[in-house]
Amino acid sequence: MEEVLNALARALSFGTPLLIACLGAILNERAGVVNLGVEGMMALGALAGFAVAYGSGGDGNLWLAVLAAMLAGALAALLHGFVTITLQANQFVSGLALTMVGLGTAGLLGKRFEGLPLFNQPPEWPFTLGAIGLALLLALVFQATHLGLSLRSVGENPAAADLLGIHVLAVRYAAVAAGGALAGLAGAYLSLVYRPSWTDGMTAGLGWIAVALVIFVGWSPIRAVFGAVFFGLLYYLQFRLQGQVAIPSEVFASLPYLLVILVLALSGLRGQQGNAPEALGKPYRRGER
Amino acid sequence: MKLEPLGHASPWRALGVTLLALGLAFGLVGVVFLAYGQNPLEVYRVMFFGTLLEAKGWQETLRRSIPLLLVGVGLTLAFRTQFYNIGAEGQLLLGAVMAAGVALFLPVPPALSLPLMGLAGALGGALWCGLAAWLRLRFSVNEILSTLMLNYVAQSLVIYLINGPWRGKDVRGYIYSDRFAEYQQLPVWPGSSVHWPTLLLGVLLALVLQFVLFRTTLGFRMRVVGENPGAARYLGLAEGRVLLGLALLTGGMAGLAGVGEIAGIHHRLIEPGQLSSGYGFTAIIVAWLARGHPALVLLTAPLMGLILAGGDLLKVSLNMPFRIVDVFSGVILFCLIGSELFLRYRLRLR
Repeated sequence: MEEVLNALARALSFGTPLLIACLGAILNERAGVVNLGVEGMMALGALAGFAVAYGSGGDGNLWLAVLAAMLAGALAALLHGFVTITLQANQFVSGLALTMVGLGTAGLLGKRFEGLPLFNQPPEWPFTLGAIGLALLLALVFQATHLGLSLRSVGENPAAADLLGIHVLAVRYAAVAAGGALAGLAGAYLSLVYRPSWTDGMTAGLGWIAVALVIFVGWSPIRAVFGAVFFGLLYYLQFRLQGQVAIPSEVFASLPYLLVILVLALSGLRGQQGNAPEALGKPYRRGER
Repeated sequence: MKLEPLGHASPWRALGVTLLALGLAFGLVGVVFLAYGQNPLEVYRVMFFGTLLEAKGWQETLRRSIPLLLVGVGLTLAFRTQFYNIGAEGQLLLGAVMAAGVALFLPVPPALSLPLMGLAGALGGALWCGLAAWLRLRFSVNEILSTLMLNYVAQSLVIYLINGPWRGKDVRGYIYSDRFAEYQQLPVWPGSSVHWPTLLLGVLLALVLQFVLFRTTLGFRMRVVGENPGAARYLGLAEGRVLLGLALLTGGMAGLAGVGEIAGIHHRLIEPGQLSSGYGFTAIIVAWLARGHPALVLLTAPLMGLILAGGDLLKVSLNMPFRIVDVFSGVILFCLIGSELFLRYRLRLR
């Protein structure tokens, strides 16, 4: 029993950044914008958070650090927003570019922080509970508020939303920035809470798993909670079973990635991708069908 | 300000817009250099003088252009058909694994060894990419995600092999396999590590595929599937078959690039990070810059090869992290796709 509870606790703690990043991605995808740059925004958030926490002495300024991380994520996302919403560029390729810029810039500017210690490690549970609360809140907003309705209509049918007087581009910009802020927060969780330190490449593909998770959970914030715990559990098992069984560690290392593919294939088989917002990935031009 | 639609962008307009985008990108990366605490002018001086004015720099640029050329030509066709293969990195590694397997364990006459390594490598890359295409056709799995995930799996596979069953006898510190025999190594331009047979193959494939794309029915099919999937279905073109064939081709070329790296330079299977240094991702820009023309990759591959070789120089001369290459790649890609609007529209100030 204790073992099970322990596993669940670890799964929750590892699933937390996945959940936060996934909720951010759901938010901007519901408004019709795919941002594949989650991995890059997480890296920038992780660095910004760590740099501010370290620069401010490592104690008492957790809020400032978290704020900096969210700001970094949002700013990076706005770059993607400008290129895809205003300049109407391919969203998939722009997200890819954002990943490169994010990982590259974070690795470059973070070099001077490599290996430095952070003395104050904040507890994990406020972040985990906050993320679950956010999932509930998002579900509520999507289903039961005017704001949620506007957001979804911009993602489903921007032309109709435009006719109803909704400012499509403004809604999309806001959703993209919010998604970026959440990706930055997910990064800060890694560098401030999960293992308070900075190393280049510490996001280790988590951002991509979060992107895949969005499809797996069918753009539903509530289901994202379960998806994140599921992947958290996998990571826990990867550590728990390593060395215990006669399977090479590289098999465990590639397991999450193989699982993402399997999960996407299953989603495809169940027709899950039919849940995707109708206008997902398409730039909106007024006066064109 | 107002945007006016243009009928069709002339090649000159495309060239101008592309050059402006590249100029903007170099300016923006300069800002990152400033943030890092380096004078951008000094950095660019080191980069361009070292690569363009010295024989060693030329050779390094050329050596790094070879995999970019092979991968980039394949990706040009893939993007044209809207198959966003971003797993060339993994396909390159699989090519290297298969070629190394042949070199280390297949007892064949020496004369057959290199050709078989090439074939096996192309097959490895093709299968790795074909898997993603099959997943998309059968289960509608987004190929961006599947090819990317397969990159990580390929990395784990290489590490497992050189750390486990294929571990070399004289390994200290770094892990790698045994060295290939003399006859399993590609010839190089004397005094450099430019493995010219692979270079020649890349140039040839770029020209042949340019011809196929614009002068044959097969090429016509690929263009229709990419530009207008609805029309393709209406015309009864087997979209799935075109896509699968194309995936096998681009994956196979990435696999060949992997063979070139190990048979031409390292002469053994080595760690993934040293084997590739991001060719699969840099080639995305090579392909995007070429705007759907395989032959144009002959220009764009050396351009990005220059940036990779320049990154090496910055690492050595100015002690900068190699991550700077990622910044270059990302910013250039941003500027390129952002500028595409100005190919279709004219900006009019009022």
